[in-house]
Amino acid sequence: MQAYINSIGIISPQLTFDGSFLSAPIVHVESQFLMCEEPVYKEFINPVQLRRMSRILKMGLGASSICMDARSDVRPDAIVVGTGLACVSDLEKFLLSIDDNQEKMLSPIPFINSSHNTVGAQIAMMRKLTGYNMTYCHRSFSFESALLDALMLIAEGGVSNTLVGGIDEHTEGFFKIFNLLDFWRKKSVDNLSLFEGSHLGTICGEGAAFFFLEKNRQDGTLAKITDVQTFLKECDASDVKGEMDAFLGRNGLTEVDVDMFVLGRNGDSFGDGIYLDLERLLPESCGIAYYKHLCGEYMTSTSFALWLAAQMLHTQKMPDVIIKNPVSGRQLRRILIYNHHRRKEHSLILVENADL
Amino acid sequence: MARRVFITGFGIISAIGNGVEETLASLTERKSGIGQVSFLKTSLSCFPVAEIRTDSDGLARLAGIPLSPVHSRTFLLGLIAAREAVRMSGCEGLCSSMGMIGSTTVAGIDQSDRYYRNLLCGEATHKDKIPSFECADSTELIADFFGITHHVTTISTACSSSANAIMNGARMIKCGVADRMLVGGSDSLSRFSMNGFNALEILSPTGCRPFDNDRNGITPGEGAAFLVLEAEEMVGSRTVYGEVSGYSNCNEAFHQTASLPDGTGAFLSISKALQSASIEASEIDYVNAHGTGTKVNDLSEGRALKTVFGKEMPLFSSTKGYTGHPFAAAGAMEAVFSLLSINHGLVFPNLAFETKMEEVDVVPVTQLCRRPIRRVLSNSFGFGGTDTTLIFSKV
Repeated sequence: MQAYINSIGIISPQLTFDGSFLSAPIVHVESQFLMCEEPVYKEFINPVQLRRMSRILKMGLGASSICMDARSDVRPDAIVVGTGLACVSDLEKFLLSIDDNQEKMLSPIPFINSSHNTVGAQIAMMRKLTGYNMTYCHRSFSFESALLDALMLIAEGGVSNTLVGGIDEHTEGFFKIFNLLDFWRKKSVDNLSLFEGSHLGTICGEGAAFFFLEKNRQDGTLAKITDVQTFLKECDASDVKGEMDAFLGRNGLTEVDVDMFVLGRNGDSFGDGIYLDLERLLPESCGIAYYKHLCGEYMTSTSFALWLAAQMLHTQKMPDVIIKNPVSGRQLRRILIYNHHRRKEHSLILVENADL
Repeated sequence: MARRVFITGFGIISAIGNGVEETLASLTERKSGIGQVSFLKTSLSCFPVAEIRTDSDGLARLAGIPLSPVHSRTFLLGLIAAREAVRMSGCEGLCSSMGMIGSTTVAGIDQSDRYYRNLLCGEATHKDKIPSFECADSTELIADFFGITHHVTTISTACSSSANAIMNGARMIKCGVADRMLVGGSDSLSRFSMNGFNALEILSPTGCRPFDNDRNGITPGEGAAFLVLEAEEMVGSRTVYGEVSGYSNCNEAFHQTASLPDGTGAFLSISKALQSASIEASEIDYVNAHGTGTKVNDLSEGRALKTVFGKEMPLFSSTKGYTGHPFAAAGAMEAVFSLLSINHGLVFPNLAFETKMEEVDVVPVTQLCRRPIRRVLSNSFGFGGTDTTLIFSKV
């Protein structure tokens, strides 16, 4: 199974919606969370509808529009969305309104919009796309499950392309509630110093990234996705390395074939150990990059990592701000993204240069 | 790609019974699960519901695990159905080679309804309930129970969720990604969905009457169902109860909550499923319709059935008169009914039907029918214009 990434639309805490690749000054804040640098949505969305939309919907329609417009001669045959918490702000609004109004005279609008498949459904409605439409909501597996589905759709042959996205929004409620589980730093942190020292909690983030995956290569192809794998178990770095080797093995590769590992380290002492131990198990010559200081931690952050990987493979540029170990003296051909959530949900995404 | 996907086990819990045996008895004896609300605390008690009349203690006992305060009703229902499915399949020792796709619309809504506000105010006493608010929670707890580690995920596409879980489990096996999948869904009755559908003014004040001219809305239900799907060559000498022989998913791209009135969305879904099974419409022996009992759904689905089958309408019924509408779990529950239909040669009646709809000439089965059933088509439609059709066949 494989698919070419032929365009990307990404709205993230960095200036990415205009298609630039970390060329603008890096967003550098002192906070407990990072929020998206958003475009002017009325360029993509009917202003009348825009007023009634939750922020996640605006981000989803915006990012998917940027992605689809870059391949404007082709319509998506299928839409697959991964979202950890989906429309959590509408869900919260409706949930709280039940008691606030003693179960009487409630507005159905937040209930309707709280359905987890709303983003995918609204993209379909906006563009009149009647094909396959799927939504995965499984914590940090959400985007990976969507990617696997897209790869399967293309392998099955029923479609020649799929729009696949990862999306989650930062909300005050979500931040407060998961703060009780020590997900976030207790004090503001400089995002570019996220990996300094040992602290409990990370910086909260958000983002929307949509990818136009196609069976065939185009002039503007950025990279190709070759494989994706998730596994659910509490384990240490050597178990992860075992899974990684098996994953590479089934693709006819070993660790030395990977030029760069993009790791989901998030500066939280709860889970950073796995990444640091894993780095010691990887070949010394391989490149290592981190990304969560740029986008924050969220359930579908690997969609930001996939954008980074595709851009690096396409431009052969490796921005200093993400590099832990540089790749020197060779072409960047193959990137493996590894992420884990709370030491239990682990995922691997293999991205390759389109020429391979 | 020609790998066949067999069903080797299934399990269910709903308002008409715990387990396949009780469920079959209720279906054949016309015992509806719809009645007055008794366990859910809601001021909307004037609306009938299809409730499982057991509290969390009772459900934990049925699931065979010690009750923990972090367990949501959605998880407990799911585990009960999943355990029955795995036991029936004889796969208990093979779970490490199994993947899982669960599904839910409201996740651990009993927990979020109770604790969300306090947690939001920073009251940390019940912080251990937080993970249950996420759709993944129930799936992961079930996966952990069986020791399932790879290919674990959760789908949430409103009322087509568990039909999609079945479809995509089958696709993973066909693609060679997995050999064996536990697929299904679970949802519990909640004030959240009661109030949501009440705000939309589509809760039935009398109990749902699918496809009747005087239908007046849905009856919320709850429950769970799971299926064990296996690649043909993995089954060995174990019993096969049916095959997932066709499926399709499409989007109406029309309205967030309403289906296309002319039924073209449902028509597309049904047609694509028939195509994927490589069969003609005339080869379907029974249609288990989505049939929620709303004005809009039943009319558009009725029209779609009429367009697909024309004068040769197969026997069809909606079983929501038994189970209410169990939202995410609907597709998997109705898959179980479809398998019971195939394995017992039965077609279950559409309860509470009296008068044909004025706009379209379709009449569901109202009495239990006994006859050989080789192929069943099952529809699940939902918010966001999502339409899924599954076809199950006798092997």
